[in-house]
Amino acid sequence: MLKGKKVAIFGERDDIAGQAIRNCVEAAGAEVVYETTSCFV
Amino acid sequence: MQNANPVIRETACALAHVPDLVRYGSKPRREIGAGALTAEQLAGSLRSLDDARSYLPNRVFTGELSVDELARFEQPWFKSKESDSVAASPKPFGETVSQDRFYALLRLADVLHPPLFELTSQGHRILHQASVDHFLFDSISMDETRGVNDTAIADEIDSGSALPIESGGKLIGCFRPDNRAEGRGDPNVSAQHLLESLCTKASAGLALMWLLHRSATAPEQIEYIISCGEEACGDRYQRGGGGMAKSVGEMCGCVNASGMDVKNFCAAPASALVAAGALVKAGVYDRVAVVAGGSLAKLGMKLQGFLNAGVPILDDCLASMAFLVTRDDGHSPLLHLERGSVGLAAIGSSTSDEAVYRDLILKPLDAMGLEMTDIDKYATELHNPEIMQFAGSGDVTKKNYRTIAAMAVMSGLIDKAGMPALIERVGMSGFAPTQGHIPSAVPYLGHAARAMRDEKMDRVMFLCKASLFLNRITQLYDGVSFVLERNPGH
Repeated sequence: MLKGKKVAIFGERDDIAGQAIRNCVEAAGAEVVYETTSCFV
Repeated sequence: MQNANPVIRETACALAHVPDLVRYGSKPRREIGAGALTAEQLAGSLRSLDDARSYLPNRVFTGELSVDELARFEQPWFKSKESDSVAASPKPFGETVSQDRFYALLRLADVLHPPLFELTSQGHRILHQASVDHFLFDSISMDETRGVNDTAIADEIDSGSALPIESGGKLIGCFRPDNRAEGRGDPNVSAQHLLESLCTKASAGLALMWLLHRSATAPEQIEYIISCGEEACGDRYQRGGGGMAKSVGEMCGCVNASGMDVKNFCAAPASALVAAGALVKAGVYDRVAVVAGGSLAKLGMKLQGFLNAGVPILDDCLASMAFLVTRDDGHSPLLHLERGSVGLAAIGSSTSDEAVYRDLILKPLDAMGLEMTDIDKYATELHNPEIMQFAGSGDVTKKNYRTIAAMAVMSGLIDKAGMPALIERVGMSGFAPTQGHIPSAVPYLGHAARAMRDEKMDRVMFLCKASLFLNRITQLYDGVSFVLERNPGH
């Protein structure tokens, strides 16, 4: 589903971190063009 | 007795209600600078000292209420009828000081000549009045008015070279940058940055004063101090160089102590407690104080949510904490420091929740021969949810408990249907002001020690997380966990 797609990632420290999402989507063949992890505290 | 685990002998938690400093928080300052918020709008949304003192989460932070008592009240807590009872007296862990009393501490913390915080003649009178009749403030004298030049102070403010410091519409004084030759042109010693640093020092000093009082410890008995705030003191050549710990100790008369600053974002208090405990356990020092001053930058951090909802700005207090770590005294709670008992998030570990919580919870418990269900309470990020939710940031504490319960399911200790019951048993509501490192689990230390003293609890695990990636030089974040246990000698 994600193969060849470009992905923008918005992660959150107290939920799912951006890096963890990146690992998943890259494993599914997507290209990460933007990644951030927010800390709301 | 060397190589025995140390104890956390005493805890202090204090608040300073500083509505007129909210404008110097990062978010309000930027909003005012951009013209999106006026000083009048801000002033109209601030609450009174009585409201801050009687606010239920603040009363938990200072130990007047337990987390179980807080759970009995429905939100919104700021509207609770229980919040109508104003309580100004000292609380079990400390107190909520007034703005004027905090300004007196800020003046005491200022050691530069010429001073950073210059008082008007009116300011001298107000702060003198605020600092008398309080047992912690015996040594503070604000009645020296020699050399005061109100016109010069007004000129400095009007020219934009100094920040006005006000209290309820009255000009208390001005706060300057370092105007000496070595400070000129250095943005790291601007009035704003130095006000941040001095607020951290003054509030940490308040907590340390309370810690010494509560533990009946003379300042001279403290051998080492570790500061774990989020400030970055230093000038253009060594921004973030440190020196906070010794500054705070100097302010409180700890003449025999040295110290250092530990930096680890929100998890710094946990890292500092582990370091303090290790120093005691190794026999290097017998009495180590860990201090955490408040964060000026985070005042009003969530104000947009409050303004949109027509709610008073609830992030209006500088919070501070102090802990005394000593050798085993036979009754205070033990800090587990045997090999493997301190949880950490290794550099090479995965950042998935499962991996992080495995490192922080399961690995250390396994090293101690314990199961997750052997822990009576888990203290995690204890941010006051009322502040978080108005800003749309969700209940951070609740999110962490959901993950902890999921770990118990994955470990086969409970089934999925048992998650709510486990969260109910081992969890708690957040209650600490959103001051970064302050809410990170350790505000529960005093409550845990009290429960252990009353033999209502045996073990508490403290879980702290740190957003290292905010430094923009890594994608990593950190985690630290430790277990506190009822002293078998108690």
